[in-house]
Amino acid sequence: MSTTVGTPIPAVKPENKTMVLNMGPQHPSTHGVLRVILELDGEVVLKAEPVIGYLHTGIEKNCENLTYSQCIPLTDRIDYLANLSNNLGYCLAVEKLADIQVPKRAQYIRVLLTELTRISSHLVWLGTHAIDLGAMSVFLYCFREREEILKILEAISGQRMMTSYFRIGGLALEPPPGYLEWISKFLDSLAGHVAEYEDLLTENPIWKLRTQGVGVLKLEDAIAMAVSGPSLRGSGSDYDVRKYFPYSSYDEFDFKVQTQTAGDVYARYQVRVAEIRESAKICKQAIKKIPPQGPFRAEVRGLVPPSREEMKTSIEGLIYHFKIWTEGITPPPGEVYQAIESPRGEVGFFVVSDGSNRPYRVKMRAPSFVNLQALPYLVVGKLIADVVASIGTIDIVLGEVDR
Amino acid sequence: MESGQQNESLAVRKLKERDPNAITEIISFRSETTLVLPRNRLISVCEFLKADRDLDFAFLSDISAVDRFPVDPRFEVNYHLTSLSRRQRLRIKVKVTAKDPVIPTVVPVWPTANWHEREIWDLMGVRFEGHPNLTRILMPDDWEGHPHRKDYPVEGYR
Repeated sequence: MSTTVGTPIPAVKPENKTMVLNMGPQHPSTHGVLRVILELDGEVVLKAEPVIGYLHTGIEKNCENLTYSQCIPLTDRIDYLANLSNNLGYCLAVEKLADIQVPKRAQYIRVLLTELTRISSHLVWLGTHAIDLGAMSVFLYCFREREEILKILEAISGQRMMTSYFRIGGLALEPPPGYLEWISKFLDSLAGHVAEYEDLLTENPIWKLRTQGVGVLKLEDAIAMAVSGPSLRGSGSDYDVRKYFPYSSYDEFDFKVQTQTAGDVYARYQVRVAEIRESAKICKQAIKKIPPQGPFRAEVRGLVPPSREEMKTSIEGLIYHFKIWTEGITPPPGEVYQAIESPRGEVGFFVVSDGSNRPYRVKMRAPSFVNLQALPYLVVGKLIADVVASIGTIDIVLGEVDR
Repeated sequence: MESGQQNESLAVRKLKERDPNAITEIISFRSETTLVLPRNRLISVCEFLKADRDLDFAFLSDISAVDRFPVDPRFEVNYHLTSLSRRQRLRIKVKVTAKDPVIPTVVPVWPTANWHEREIWDLMGVRFEGHPNLTRILMPDDWEGHPHRKDYPVEGYR
């Protein structure tokens, strides 16, 4: 079985007879249906080959047969822990293709909600990663706060997880009254909760033993494998799409890209915990920036549905409403690549239009797919007991790996 | 935006200086630049774009293929390059025909291309010559056909 990565992974010479161990696809710490074929010499991993595809549902192929707005619910299902990030990436790509300018109010609300999603995704990661390594109680605390975020998302969009709240040109509907107060109350309590998690883990000797010096990814390997997101930033790069290629008015927000240089599991843990705090900071700035009144959707005839009121009162609005929901929108022929920073890294949508009402091709650059490819760098030559820590630390979502 | 435009033309200028026949077409759309290359120039251009210090496209974000069936050349393979030091993106496009859907692999240049190329082989049926392990990645190993091709039905029997 040849390894799946192109550059030389440190070859380890077996001293004894080796054993091939199949890990997954039904293994609780693979976070889904990941299968890893491990070749072992005693307790040392000689080879690790991730086998994927168990969740492949052909989402990209399906998108080619739906209208542009019908694809949005499918983007939720790709990465079900950061659905709003994916909504945003796809909507921005189509908006770029059709040249739609989104009103500032909608852009700020998008920033606020995607950062909330980042917090909730990192909380799920922290909880499940800690439980993988035996720290049970952190999981319960993290899910308590995540539950609050899901309640907020439900109040805003009507759905806890599959929100589909961002639409081409803006938002699906006006957020409910009082949502900003609710979110700021939550953010105020969050600082104390993050300190609580850190109390349980950061200085915990068992946690440090299991994470420090484990699963080290060197910066040059990370860039060669195009690893992105917190996994790359734990290795010392400050590549963050929000800073490098700002979108949705991120350039108006004041935040720091969190980096560590050690490149081990502990460094990535530190990056993600710091990102929770940083995201909370962005959310607070967004709450101050969001004007109480104003359009939540662009007003572009023929590309963005007219407001409910206009649809009910003017015949022109009714015609456009009908046309958009039956025929869909028709961006000009062309192709765009739009990247955003999801909790896992660079999510890119490559959307090709042939001028019809359906995307000719939608390709998603899934950060989990790319980051998972670097797994052999983290585990080869190390002990099998650390494989679980290394899988957890790259924070994969199998829905996104397989699409 | 302004500096991006200048530097993108820097990449074009440098490539043209190096080899006047390297680029067959330059497409600009929504401030994104696409360079269409002939297949036999792909590797040398990629190596140059990665190694040149002023361009420094060390990060390969994505590779994706588009099926233009029934147009010929049928397949377009797009490479999305990112330069972290220059904060720029560039798309490279290579077109291949349905009769001969083969492209040289870029795995020696960017190791991350490995799984992307396997995915394109699996779903589109474009072969990458010299790839270390060109096997199916998302579909089962015994699957027949390449599901992302336009002549492959979305539902029902093949």
